[in-house]
Amino acid sequence: MNDMAPDRENRAAGLKGMGCSRKRVEDVRFTQGKGNYVDDVKLPGMLHGDFVRSPYAHARVKNIDISKAMELDGVVAVLTAKDLEPLGLHWMPTLAGDKQMVLADGKVLFQGQEVAFVVARDRYVAADAVELVEVEYEELPVITNPFEALQSDVVLREDLEGQTEGAHGPRKHHNHIFTWEQGDEAATNEVMDNAEVVAEEEMYYHRTHPCPLETCGAVASMDKVNGKLTVWGTFQAPHVVRTVASLLSGIEEHNIRVISPDIGGGFGNKVGVYPGYVCSIVASIVTGVPVKWIEDRMENLMSTAFARDYWMKGRISATKDGKITGLHCHVTADHGGFDACADPTKFPAGFMNICTGSYDIPVAYLAVDGVYTNKAPGGVSYRCSFRVTEAVYFIERMIEVLAIELGMDAAELRRINFIRKDQFPYKAALGWEYDSGDYHTAWDKAMKAVDYDGLRKEQAERVEAFKRGETRSLMGIGLTFFTEIVGAGPVKNCDILGMGMFDSCEIRIHPTGSAIARLGTISQGQGHATTFAQILATETGIPADSITIEEGDTDTAPYGLGTYGSRSTPVAGAATALAGRKIRAKAQMIAAYLLEVHDDDVEFDVDRFVVKGAPERFKTMKEIAYAAYNQAIPGIEPGLEAVSYYDPPNMTYPFGAYVCVMDIDVDTGVPTIRRFYALDDCGTRINPMIIEGQVHGGLTEALAVALGQEIAYDDLGNVKTGTLMDFFLPTMVEVPNYETDHTVTPSPHHPIGAKGVGESPHVGGVPCFSNAIQDAFRPFGLRHTNMPHDHWRIWKTANDLGLHG
Amino acid sequence: MIPAAFDYYRPSDIAGAIALLQEHGDDARVIAGGHSLIPMMKLRMAEVPHLIDLQDIASLKGITISGERITLGAMVTQHELIDSAELAAKAPILREAALQIADPQVRYMGTVGGNVANGDPGNDMPGLMQCLDADITLTGPDGSRTVAARDYYEAAYMTDREDDEILVTVSFDAPKGGYAYEKQKRKIGDYATAAAAVQLVKEGGSVASASIAMTNLSDTPVWSEAAGAALVGTACDADAVKSAVAAMLNDIDPTEDNRGPVAFKRHAAGIVLARAITRAWDRA
Repeated sequence: MNDMAPDRENRAAGLKGMGCSRKRVEDVRFTQGKGNYVDDVKLPGMLHGDFVRSPYAHARVKNIDISKAMELDGVVAVLTAKDLEPLGLHWMPTLAGDKQMVLADGKVLFQGQEVAFVVARDRYVAADAVELVEVEYEELPVITNPFEALQSDVVLREDLEGQTEGAHGPRKHHNHIFTWEQGDEAATNEVMDNAEVVAEEEMYYHRTHPCPLETCGAVASMDKVNGKLTVWGTFQAPHVVRTVASLLSGIEEHNIRVISPDIGGGFGNKVGVYPGYVCSIVASIVTGVPVKWIEDRMENLMSTAFARDYWMKGRISATKDGKITGLHCHVTADHGGFDACADPTKFPAGFMNICTGSYDIPVAYLAVDGVYTNKAPGGVSYRCSFRVTEAVYFIERMIEVLAIELGMDAAELRRINFIRKDQFPYKAALGWEYDSGDYHTAWDKAMKAVDYDGLRKEQAERVEAFKRGETRSLMGIGLTFFTEIVGAGPVKNCDILGMGMFDSCEIRIHPTGSAIARLGTISQGQGHATTFAQILATETGIPADSITIEEGDTDTAPYGLGTYGSRSTPVAGAATALAGRKIRAKAQMIAAYLLEVHDDDVEFDVDRFVVKGAPERFKTMKEIAYAAYNQAIPGIEPGLEAVSYYDPPNMTYPFGAYVCVMDIDVDTGVPTIRRFYALDDCGTRINPMIIEGQVHGGLTEALAVALGQEIAYDDLGNVKTGTLMDFFLPTMVEVPNYETDHTVTPSPHHPIGAKGVGESPHVGGVPCFSNAIQDAFRPFGLRHTNMPHDHWRIWKTANDLGLHG
Repeated sequence: MIPAAFDYYRPSDIAGAIALLQEHGDDARVIAGGHSLIPMMKLRMAEVPHLIDLQDIASLKGITISGERITLGAMVTQHELIDSAELAAKAPILREAALQIADPQVRYMGTVGGNVANGDPGNDMPGLMQCLDADITLTGPDGSRTVAARDYYEAAYMTDREDDEILVTVSFDAPKGGYAYEKQKRKIGDYATAAAAVQLVKEGGSVASASIAMTNLSDTPVWSEAAGAALVGTACDADAVKSAVAAMLNDIDPTEDNRGPVAFKRHAAGIVLARAITRAWDRA
């Protein structure tokens, strides 16, 4: 059996394990239009649902008349809150400890809110019937500003009237949700009061939306014969959906099967539970046939989970020579009509307390006040870990403002305040323990790569030329150094609705040496089927091409908390590596038996176990797998399988250094991105090509948010940006050529040292694009201006600074 | 995004299409590329019980160049405008403008006739046709008539066309001199924040004639006769451009939308026009 062994490197390359740019195995079906998305699920007799939605942002629902809709041929049912109430499903709990109307119960709180659910024979009849449902509204005063909400006599949430205690402590006002405090307020104020320099700034991080290519939807199928409910849906956390569905419906969990098929992007939008899911399930239970609900783009933008909408007020103190001494941050968080933020339960403002960033800040204080308004609920982590984009934007703007206050170069100010390599693990003032980092090395590499001093010189020359009237273009240099906090998370402090945020992997090695591995996560485009197989290839010596990765079916996959917050690699990736090691441990015993030596006398070598000191004596994993099933080995159970549930000891802390060079047409407000350099350190790199793709995608969504992507409302609470005409999704034309780079600082507590990367470029990208715009106007006195930096707002900045003569 | 039910027709000649329009009156609409009408139907902002597709009518197709006269069939696509070498030689401003409309997929379907006929202030072709002083030919039950593009537009989506008439061709004399189509937009696929079409003729170092039209800065396209006149006789220097811009600003009436407030749009219109004039002059 033992043929001439190919050399070690060739064998390793043949595995396509960690570190190689293996092509994405998913792309064959995606690029050929052979994906299987929720809307591709078509079942016999399937009915179609569609929503009657509120045109008003705040109104009392006086009456709903469904009679005309019911008369339309093909309409099976029209559900209203009254129909759901006997089931206790007219309201549902949110992930944030609040509750949310499934269908309007007496009033509506935002434009686009679900009022009635029409079920019909086909999608067209359903849409026709929606028009025939007559709803009588009485308009109520609309509040779209959280500061106004906290002053107003208007009670938005009448169901909570008189409740002074919320899910996260006392409520100060009938439109107030929670106050979340971290750090030492008194000590911070004392430092501020005695500081040599204090810079203050207020900034609004506008409301935006993850806008995945595929909108949300579900197909529910209640089989009344065997009592089983199957739900296909756009779920980033299918197991959580199963548990919640069981708790809400009373159907035992073993009788519910939740399937996330291919998902066309999530970016946080598909973490929560939406009324459409509940209504399609109820409709299927009522009718006994499958019911499909797929929302359209306008519904997705208008009613599903938004991101950001943070009003942030900061103070940062320093010595005269730029050493930061303290940070104070207050956030007024606009949560819309219901608090449906998707955060770990104990973190109502997510990980906003990472807002001390990459800097050694001895004392800090953060307070976040959540507020109700007449806007859609949500507050999800759009391509970032929980509220980390807000935190990084805040600190990276505060650094710029402090640099202006000090008259210092912003790159140098960062440099002298970075947490030093020898300080890790570093306990930050707001509680987190950063696992590892080497910020100075990354920063210096970035500054050198872009010739930072040369850029500053060129910029100064441009300013002079501008002042002489020789050009109407200004140059901006955007800097950002970010630290992400991902991989939620340790069960001791991270849970969702009480479910600890571990994750899992189950592996079965087949007798012929190929394998299937199932995980509790679910890919939405991240390429899990490719990268998790690479981890296993390296850990078990089975070629990645011989490993099937399966996720998203709760009947087959082990329990896990899903994919968001860059948690798949840090948590499920760790479970995968450890399950692989269990396989390897058993394989070692089998190999030793087959080679007739002691267990300790064999060692793993890429794809085989060899006898120590006698490498010509070995058993390949393929041989071992066959023996595991077909040979009676004393003291060892047949088979080769392993399961690992991983509770991470800490978060992981990827970081990066970004530089953006922009030219801005002062007269039209049109920015042109000349250069974007992104250095990412995500620890051990599993697939460099996928990392690069993730960086490109994350930066593009960062560009979108910084330069124009927003959910804007008028004073009546109408959504002004409800279609892709006005909601900015960049195309390849608007996107520059990104330069990617990296350093590698492995996570010390992760089994393979990986930290997660999918969201870093978004987290770091937004402030970098924004800083570039703001930097261009710094020589003319600009201190801060809010995003999004679309053409007219850039023009207005220039105009306000008197640059239009 | 689900339209109401409609009947679909695909006549093979103009007469057949007009007969359907007469039969169904207000309940019928013709469809060319569909980029405006189909979204309106899906949003249920337009209910069209009888939809008449013009794509099988051969006489509406093709670019005809006869001497100095250029005639575009209503169903000529924006892609065909870009693709025609002969047209690019005779009237290069069409290619320059068409390349700034949306993206290739849209341009494969979007037509000259649909763009001109619909009266959407965001469309690029109406202003361009006013700049070129094009004639629009409409065919109805009583035969054909011709309207100047400069007289065709009454208000947003309101034009001189009767409900039972079909726009069949747009024709114009091959323009002379320098040209430019300058457009500021937020992104690919967007309507203009401001756009300017300029044709000018240079003789003996000064402007002999100039035609200027602006897009998406009023509820109709704006042919600014005064702006063109301000350039005539000048050497197109900075003062002349300034006068032309000032004259144009008297003629436009932009409204605030997500692209920005009125002050910004007026500023952008001035910048866009100044750049277009400068480019056209350099090419003259």
